[in-house]
Amino acid sequence: MPVSLRVVLAEDGALMRAGLTTLLSRFGHQVVAEAADADQLVRAVAEHRPDIVVTDVRMPPGFSDEGLRAAVALRKARPGLAVLVLSQYIEKTYAGELLDSGDGTGVGYLLKDRVGDVAEFIDALQRVAAGGTVVDPEVVRQLLRHRRDPLERLSPREREVLALMAEGRSNAAVARALVVSEAAVGKHIGHILTKLDLPPDDDDHRRVLAVLSFLRA
Amino acid sequence: MGRRPFLVSAWPWRAWAYLATACLPGALGLSVLAADLAVGGGLAKALIGLPLLAALALAGVPMGRVERWRLGLIDPVPVADPHRVPARPGVRCWLATRGREAATWRELGYAVLFVTLLWPLDLVAAIAAVVVPLALLTSPLPVALGAQRGLWPGVAISTPLQAAAAVPAGLVLLVGGAYLVTALAAAQGRLARRLLTAPAQLGVQLAEVTQSRARLVSAFEAERRRIERDLHDGAQQRLVALSMSLGLARLDLPAGPAADQVAHAHEQAKLALTELRELIYGIYPQVLTDRGLAAAAEEAADRSPVPVELGFRLDRRPPQAVEATAYFVISEALANIAKHSRADRAWIRGELAGGVLLLEIGDDGVGGADAGRGSGLSGLADRVAVVGGSVSVSSPPGGPTALRVELPCP
Repeated sequence: MPVSLRVVLAEDGALMRAGLTTLLSRFGHQVVAEAADADQLVRAVAEHRPDIVVTDVRMPPGFSDEGLRAAVALRKARPGLAVLVLSQYIEKTYAGELLDSGDGTGVGYLLKDRVGDVAEFIDALQRVAAGGTVVDPEVVRQLLRHRRDPLERLSPREREVLALMAEGRSNAAVARALVVSEAAVGKHIGHILTKLDLPPDDDDHRRVLAVLSFLRA
Repeated sequence: MGRRPFLVSAWPWRAWAYLATACLPGALGLSVLAADLAVGGGLAKALIGLPLLAALALAGVPMGRVERWRLGLIDPVPVADPHRVPARPGVRCWLATRGREAATWRELGYAVLFVTLLWPLDLVAAIAAVVVPLALLTSPLPVALGAQRGLWPGVAISTPLQAAAAVPAGLVLLVGGAYLVTALAAAQGRLARRLLTAPAQLGVQLAEVTQSRARLVSAFEAERRRIERDLHDGAQQRLVALSMSLGLARLDLPAGPAADQVAHAHEQAKLALTELRELIYGIYPQVLTDRGLAAAAEEAADRSPVPVELGFRLDRRPPQAVEATAYFVISEALANIAKHSRADRAWIRGELAGGVLLLEIGDDGVGGADAGRGSGLSGLADRVAVVGGSVSVSSPPGGPTALRVELPCP
């Protein structure tokens, strides 16, 4: 069992908040503060210095995208703060703004529906807390429908690999999902990085950049 | 109008300007009329002159427009355009609508009267009202220098006595001229209002109907938002909580029929969530409120099976009603393109300039889009008309199709 995470949870629906708290504690994580709006969220983060923030997009007072804006502001103010945004929208605008905040690490954008797949949800939470990048597969699918350059240069297989990378999967997990060898995945990723003109830097960061360019295109 | 005495108010000046400017449309109208009659009449035997003559029937329409605008010089009450908006875009429908309107014929009558009689009269009055008094008022000057001031062939002011009498006479004429000019302008203004505008009662009713239509659409939009919010806060949240509970239950259930049943229920809950999410997006896309038209169009383009190229230049957000209408236009157009056009690619351009939001939506498909055949186009035109906008479509058989929508953005 991985380390217990200290979580600040921002969600205006009482039902959802209670459910998520139960779910997180079921897996040994601790909700150190609950927030029902964006202001409370910012205050709770300042007070509790959590390992990760889990927040809804739409919150009071305007019921627009206060939660997302707070998440973006928090990431700018506190580089390295892991944030997982739970959203009702598959629209890439929101995911793109979140991923553009900070350096693209320790950030996740998942549809709220995913909390139903409890084990996968907790896995994603832990990956984000550990500095990973996670994007909801449904958002990725939406992105893949019409890709314009530079992603047009990628082969269909490479796009599949990139989509799985965007979900925050490791090489081994991508290999399992596509039923190919890990070496083959490594080769695909090499091609993707070259085709996207990503600088030869340390590999993890390039992966993140690849995902970001994927979202921005 | 204020309480200032008539002679020092703006009214004599405005009336004079109304008369003096009559010569511009008047002379132009007369020349066009004469040229059209000459050319059209000359070619009538060859039949090609007949359309030229027929076009004269519509000559009152542009003249009416100019004259309604000019009427603003002396009449502060807004003048309503008496014409109906054609039911469909296109020249044929426009001609049919105008031909059946009484307003078109009233305008023609006014135009004939105006170009033949009124504007020369106005011009003479405007000149006389200024030139004659001025000539009298300034007559002491040439007389003092030993010359004379000619008024009419054979009539001149040459002695100091005559000049001394001419000055008060000039003053009287100047004042009288101001009243005369104003009376003439007022009479013509009444005539123009009678002939060029919609009958007042009908105009008021039309304005009321237009406003109530706008209110209905805006209430309808507000209702959509409310339904979206209710679904989001209610059903969606409960379903997510349900899915979460079922997910947790599956963790604890040993394999067996009960676990299978719960797994099935869990899958159903997730499918319901997916359907609900699409439904909510269809009712009202929150991204339009949160991020505006360009972002919402981008998402709509992402959902379109035909690749869409986007180009937006909006330096501010249009009013909510216009934004909602523009989004409606875009999603309807993309739906039409997906259903009927067989296009390989489509494009949407949006630009906000000079108080008008211009949308151009095109595709390289088979064309032949026809508003009359129950396609989404007539609904689209209806919706655009509510915010006072206009739609034009070009869709020749074989394509390409181009839709152009202008929405006023105060």
